[in-house]
This record gives sequence, C-alpha cells and structure tokens, in this order.
Amino acid sequence: MAEARDRVKAGVRQPHEVVAGARPPDEHEVDRREFLEQTLKACGLGVPILLGVIRIQDLVAGEAGQEGYEPGEHYYGMGVDVGRCIGCGMCAQACKTENDVPLEPHYFNTWIERYVIQTDGEVVVDSPNGGMEGFPRAQSEGEIRRTFFVPKLCNHCEDPPCVQVCPVGATFTTEDGVVLVDDDYCIGCRYCIQACPYGARWFHPEKHVAAKCTFCYHRLVEGLVPACVEVCPTGARVFGEVEHRATPLARFMRLNEIQVLKPHLNTKPRVYYANLDGEVR
Amino acid sequence: MQGYIYPNEFELHWGLLVVLYPYITGLVAGAFILASLERVFNVKEVQPTYRLALLTALAFLLVAPLPLLAHLGHPLRSYEIFLTPNRKSAMAMFGFVYAWYLAVVLLLEVWFEYRKDLVLWARSERGPKKWLHYTLTLGATDLSEEALRFDDIAGRWITIIGIPSAFLLHGYVGFIFGSVKANPWWSSVLMPVVFLFSAIVSGIALVLFIYVAASLFRSKPVDMRCADKLAAFLFYAMIVDFSLEMLDFIHRLYESEESIEILSQMIQGRLFISLIVLQVVLGTLVPLILLGAVSPALSDRGVSKTPAELRRLIYLGCATLVQIGIFSIRWNVVLGGQLFSKSLRGLTVYKLELFGAEGLLMASVLLFLPLVILWVLVKILPPWLDAEATE
Repeated sequence: MAEARDRVKAGVRQPHEVVAGARPPDEHEVDRREFLEQTLKACGLGVPILLGVIRIQDLVAGEAGQEGYEPGEHYYGMGVDVGRCIGCGMCAQACKTENDVPLEPHYFNTWIERYVIQTDGEVVVDSPNGGMEGFPRAQSEGEIRRTFFVPKLCNHCEDPPCVQVCPVGATFTTEDGVVLVDDDYCIGCRYCIQACPYGARWFHPEKHVAAKCTFCYHRLVEGLVPACVEVCPTGARVFGEVEHRATPLARFMRLNEIQVLKPHLNTKPRVYYANLDGEVR
Repeated sequence: MQGYIYPNEFELHWGLLVVLYPYITGLVAGAFILASLERVFNVKEVQPTYRLALLTALAFLLVAPLPLLAHLGHPLRSYEIFLTPNRKSAMAMFGFVYAWYLAVVLLLEVWFEYRKDLVLWARSERGPKKWLHYTLTLGATDLSEEALRFDDIAGRWITIIGIPSAFLLHGYVGFIFGSVKANPWWSSVLMPVVFLFSAIVSGIALVLFIYVAASLFRSKPVDMRCADKLAAFLFYAMIVDFSLEMLDFIHRLYESEESIEILSQMIQGRLFISLIVLQVVLGTLVPLILLGAVSPALSDRGVSKTPAELRRLIYLGCATLVQIGIFSIRWNVVLGGQLFSKSLRGLTVYKLELFGAEGLLMASVLLFLPLVILWVLVKILPPWLDAEATE
C-alpha cells in the first residue's frame, strides 16, 4: 500500500514538472529524461508502468498549451486526500493571489476546515479566515478522539444546481467540465449562491456578480494545474483528467476509496475525496 | 454567529427586498382571486369590493418587480432574463409570468370592466379628466347592448384564465424557493401551495382592510354583508393555510432529517419572535379566534353576536394582524433559509440596515408606493358602487 501511495504521489507531482512546460522545449526534454530515470531508479517499476507514465505526460494538460487548447479533449476533476492535508492554508493563499480574490474574510474559492471530534461524539468545526494562515492549536473542552483538515472548493458538479437556476445562463459548464461564471453577463441575482449546497459561491463586492473557483481555468488552457494543486506541499490535491485511465487523478481514484460531498443531493461532484470522514458536510 | 458556517456564508444574500417580493406578489394574487369570487363564482355579497380588489392587485403588481430590480447586482442587465432566459431556471420564467399576468390578465380585465364607465365619464366630464378617460377607452366608445355583452363575456373569460394565472404567479414564487434542494428550510413540495394559500389570505385581508378603512374615510357606510362575507372567506382561507403550514411543520418534525437539529435551534432562537410570536400567535391564532367568534364563518350570525361597529373594528384589527403574520411568513421563509449554514453546524445573523439599496427605508418606500399608486388609480377609476356611471 505504501508503495502504491508513492506511485500515486509520483503521479501527482509529475504533472507539475511537465506543466512547467512554460520553460524552453530543450530544457523540458532533459527534465523529462532525468525525471523518468529517477522514477525508474526509485520505484524499480517495469516497462508497462513506465509506458503508462509516458502516456500520463501526453494526457495531462501539459503540452496542449503549446499547441492550442482543445476543450473537447479534456474532462477535469480534482482529488483531495484528506489524510494528507496538514492545514497549512497555502492552497487558500495561492488561490486568492492567483485569482484576485478580495483578501477580506468571507470570500473564498477554496478554504480548509478543521474537524475536532471529541470522545463524547461532539464535533467542533472551524475555519479561521478560511484556514489561510493555518490553524491555532485546537481548543477543545472534551478529550479529543481525532482531528483532521478538509480542503473545500467548488465541486464542479456534473449536475450543478447553480447552473440550473441561473435565470440568464451566465453560469455554465465548459466542455472540459469546469463550472464558470460570465462576469459580463451575470445580473447579480444570487440565486446560484442560494442553490449551491457547498457554500462554494460568493458575491464579488466590487464586480457585483457571483464568483467561484474556476479550477484556475486560465492556467488549464496554458497547460498548468490549478494554483492550489501547484502549491500543496503534501500532494493532498490531485488534479487531472477524470475519464482517461492513466492519469494522476484516475490512479488516485483507483487506489483510494472515493467519496463525494452530499451525495444524496445527486449533484455528481467532480471533486473526489479520499479518507473522508462521515462528519464532513 | 454560532457554531460553524462556511466562510462564504457570512453575508446573507437575499435581504429585506427579497422578503418584499413574495409578500407583494402574494397580495396581488390574493386580491385577484378575491375579485374572481364575484365574477366567476357569483358571490354577490363581495361585489362592492370587486373593482377595488382589481385595482389593488394592479397597484401592487406594478411595484412587484421593483424590489427585485433594486436587489440585482446589475439591474441594467435584467432585460437579459427576457432575451436569453435559461429554460431550466425556475427564476427565468419570472419575466414571462409577470408580463402575462400584467398585460393579459389584469390590464385587460380592468379595461373591459371599466370601458362602459370610461365612455360615460368621458361624455359627462370636462377638461383633462374627460380626455384622460377618453384616452383610456382606446377609442372603443360603442355602448350598444351587443358591445356591452361582449365586455361582460370577455371579462368573465379573462377572469377564468386569470385564476390559474394568479395561482401560477404566486405558486411560481413558492417554487423558486421550494425547488432549492440545497436548502432544507426551503426545499418542500408544499412550498408553492403554502405560498398560494397565504397569498389568498393576505389578499383578502388587504382588500377587507382597504374597503373598511376607505369607507370610514369617505364617511360612507360599510356594507356589512360584504365585510362579513370577506371576513368569513378570510377565516376559511386561514384555516387551509394554517393547516398546510402545520402539515409541513409536523412532517419535518416527524421525519427528523439531518437538518432538524439546526432548524430547531433556529426556530427556538433566531426566529422565535418572527415565527412563533408574530406569524403563529399574533398573525394566525389571534385573528382566527376573533374571526371565528364574530364573523359569520361558523354560524350565520356569528358565534358571538356583536354590533356592526365593533365587528368593523375587529375586522380592521384582524386584517392588520394577518398582514403582520403574512409578512412574517415571507420574512421567515426568505431570511430563515439563510440564517443557518448549509453545513448544518451553525447559525448566522441578519443585520438590517436603515439606509442603502437594501435598507429599511427603501423597503418602506417600496411598501408604501403601491398604496400611492392605488390612490391614483382610485382617483382615475373610482371603484365604488356609488361612483358607477349611469346612462
């Protein structure tokens, strides 16, 4: 299992190397060779897996950015390994910087929740400033049974209630499976914010339109992964293609028991959680 | 704040203005349904309020979209709802339902109802009023028996179309809330039905209030047969409305889904005054008891015999309480649905501002505006029986 994890981890981090495809092509090639050699040495993997790794490189958004982006060729999702999140808040910080999200509290595309489960069954949840500056030591009145952090973001649902309710169609799902808002079209009725079961939408105080996580769409079309994935120091977030077999996300979903948030609402989220506790809502 | 709420939930997104919207459309639908009692179901007693109810519905309908417009982040883009409606959106139909109701139902019905009087008034008056009334006839000045019969038949048919339209107008508003599956306080199949019956209650109460109050101001006798009938209808509508609300309440309590704990906390804390005290006790139980006792709802002469003057006052008091109660229903639905976190772990607070686009002042203006419009309408199109033109 540990080996499997390492493999997953290798898969997870790898896109970043590739994604840095913004670098000159020659350097890129050298890096890839080096990387493959190291991977081979480290894991002692056989040729078939290696081939799989090579395919991953073709499949992640990596090189598409250089040759023109084709939305129809992609279908994205995100994996979140709750067991790996350390609550450092770098994802939330990176998101605000990358996406120009107002720094004041209460505007978050992504945030981290901390769950403290006491032995008496009491559950205390907090997310000070969205967890952006990390978490102070847990203050618990009872004895703590366990605690964990849960990164949250828009679930980019397959059946998004927010898209359903938008009266003018200003919020929509892209061909590659990302739920976006057209700033120039949104009338600011906020029905989508009401309809989102995950509290993932907010109202932009200056633009007066609904706002949300875009999976850093501007980065995706450049062949990069979302900022939160890029900066996560523990690889708790895995981004990639949902449908292809040999991708980091596909491996993540193969090797972990996957759950989604509020499955009873039938929104079919595309943010997949591993090691998710039943207390998380 | 109490417990945990998602970071994006600190700001309540639908405030007082969105409370006004279902309140006002409810009054419109209710007043129209009352008007249709006389027209379609031939309840002769309420005839003195027929025209008044129509004008009341029109006055409030003209104001109904204003709170929504004022609430939009980009009001100037609101026309997009007509141009590129998202057919899957419950809200997208608003413009069409509204336009249908305003243009096809209310304006047409008022016009057919008043055409004869408009022609006669225009003939007997002088100055600007003559021209105003003549313009409103749209040039259709034929008062032959055949033309008048056509007016009557047309008015009747419009009312017949109008009843389901009124149901649609307000049931639809209920659906906007009731179809939000993310929100356990809203998500209920009963929501459109509860909205509808509370609308009927509020419409009858409003017309009863305006009729009795206007008669007192005009120093005209109140037709007590009419007031009694309205009070009886109000009583019946309230019984149905309250039963539906209780059904919804008991159903939630009995099912005890995962949201029950946080909703109970909300009802016992944040919503105690507006739900238990204002909506249930003052807005429903007290008027129900009073109306049951003095109106002819339960026995022909009323359970307890009261002189007409006292009854009039009781009706006025009950109608006022009912308005407070219905406004509280809208408040509790709209704001209550946002006071608890969708994480079901905490409660937030609603801070009512005094000024600003969504403040108390703006809301008061928007609530007062329909009464001003009604006053103007009543001046142009007097709805009183004694004002009807005779040939």
